[in-house]
Amino acid sequence: MSKEYLLGILTLAGINLMTVLGLSLLTGFTGLFSFGHAGFMAIGGYTAAMMTVNFHWPFIPALLAGGLAAALVSAVIGKVTLNLKGDYFCIATLGFGEAIRLVLDNVQYFGGARGWPGVPYYTNIWNVLLINVVAVIALANLIRSRHGRNMIAVREEELASQIIGINVFKYKMISLMISAGFAGIAGGMMGHYMTFLQPKMFSLVKSTELTIIVIFGGLGSISGSVLGALVLTSLPEILRAFYEWRLVFYGLAVIFIMISRPEGLMGGYELTPSSMKKLYRNLMSKRKGGFQSIGGGK
Amino acid sequence: MYMLELKDLTKTFGGLTAVGDVNFNVEKDSISGLIGPNGAGKTTIFNLITGVYKVSSGNIIFNGMDITDKKPYIIAGSGITRTFQNIRLFKKLTVYENVLTACHHNANYSLVDSVLRLPRFRKQEKQLNEQAAELIEIMGLDDRKDLIANNLPYGLQRRLEIARALALMPKLLLLDEPAAGMNPDETEQLMKLISEIREKFNLTILIIEHHMDLIMGVCENIMVLNFGLKIAEGTPRDVQNDRSVIEAYLGVEG
Repeated sequence: MSKEYLLGILTLAGINLMTVLGLSLLTGFTGLFSFGHAGFMAIGGYTAAMMTVNFHWPFIPALLAGGLAAALVSAVIGKVTLNLKGDYFCIATLGFGEAIRLVLDNVQYFGGARGWPGVPYYTNIWNVLLINVVAVIALANLIRSRHGRNMIAVREEELASQIIGINVFKYKMISLMISAGFAGIAGGMMGHYMTFLQPKMFSLVKSTELTIIVIFGGLGSISGSVLGALVLTSLPEILRAFYEWRLVFYGLAVIFIMISRPEGLMGGYELTPSSMKKLYRNLMSKRKGGFQSIGGGK
Repeated sequence: MYMLELKDLTKTFGGLTAVGDVNFNVEKDSISGLIGPNGAGKTTIFNLITGVYKVSSGNIIFNGMDITDKKPYIIAGSGITRTFQNIRLFKKLTVYENVLTACHHNANYSLVDSVLRLPRFRKQEKQLNEQAAELIEIMGLDDRKDLIANNLPYGLQRRLEIARALALMPKLLLLDEPAAGMNPDETEQLMKLISEIREKFNLTILIIEHHMDLIMGVCENIMVLNFGLKIAEGTPRDVQNDRSVIEAYLGVEG
């Protein structure tokens, strides 16, 4: 396996991870399911490409423009759908994702269904890594603040959240806009990695794949999302040798995790320096003095 | 001035009048009771006060301010909060997190402050944590603060729900059947707790309850509802001897 090939897989995993992080905030921490995040990636991808190709912007500002465009579109969608109860929001995002794809199929300015070749090759493993590290830190800081706690409260019990003075609509909106912004940036990175954009890249299958990664990694865990994105992006590549069967294996892996750990790989837990220290200490004391430390954890 | 005034409060669901022309005043710093047979409309009144339901007609005045049909989070922010008949905790969070989340109203740092961990975030976050720890200690949940809320014994879940409500520093606290499912011993403790927190937090309290010993023991003023209509109001003694109240609970003689 060549080095370029490995780096390529990691870059793709990093691009997926960027969207998954945003989706993790929306689904894992705020409790809203989306099947339209590929649509936000598309908006970000095409906007960023338009900025670099037509307006000759540098890469990072173009990415931010892509993220901003996606966040603004999500605000409009949120305004009309976030008041819907239960699964209706999910259905609305599904419709939105497909609508974006079909619109892009017909916009000749962007090459329509044939796609848009000639996007500059700017994305590499290093800027993907950097952006993801910034995103993880920002997200972790957000979640461990009153804003993050309010989102978790909305996920846990909407009525009780309102009663303790949380503006449920506002926090759903913030969560949706941030997650769409992340997806938009990821779309921009994707376009500048593939050097090619086509509406087909942002289909319902892509949206579903992203949501599967979040659930696979574990709802309410950032480290779970990171792990999920790495495993599920590289799995099809590792399995390329038996390529006829790889989608079957992919499906089996997901089903296996869902049966053995319904809360996902890391559901609700985080890998942080302090939690790893604790784990290590527990393991050591177990070896020395039996099992008295189990369940104590303090 | 009254803490809370209900003026001709009415709520209809289609053709059914759940609450009809109810007038009731809650004195500042008092403990008032709301009683009546099942389906009398007690919880509906709580839902109207807290903005969970839209009022059909009439007004709700809180502290001299009209709060009729305001959004629930705005009403909560202005100083009214409640507990629920069927406990609604953030079940998967710990006791501490439940209370800490509810403290959010006493901080105002922004999203940017929290993402960049700016000084304002650190300072206010420290205050929030102190406040939550103090509240948990007052409510006697100190030794269980790291337990998942759902794993608490039933009585303590009720206690935690009250602690979470107090985190808002409310002026008016609505308790919806706080003693439901409690044995006489626990009910006794709860009565003590209610009197204590009223003193400590300068609260006005309105209670819905079926345990008559609790209601008669702590309330200064009681309103009796039946089929959505107010049938009596007064001190515990007045209400106990009121003919229409006895009929509502026991039926008409002959």
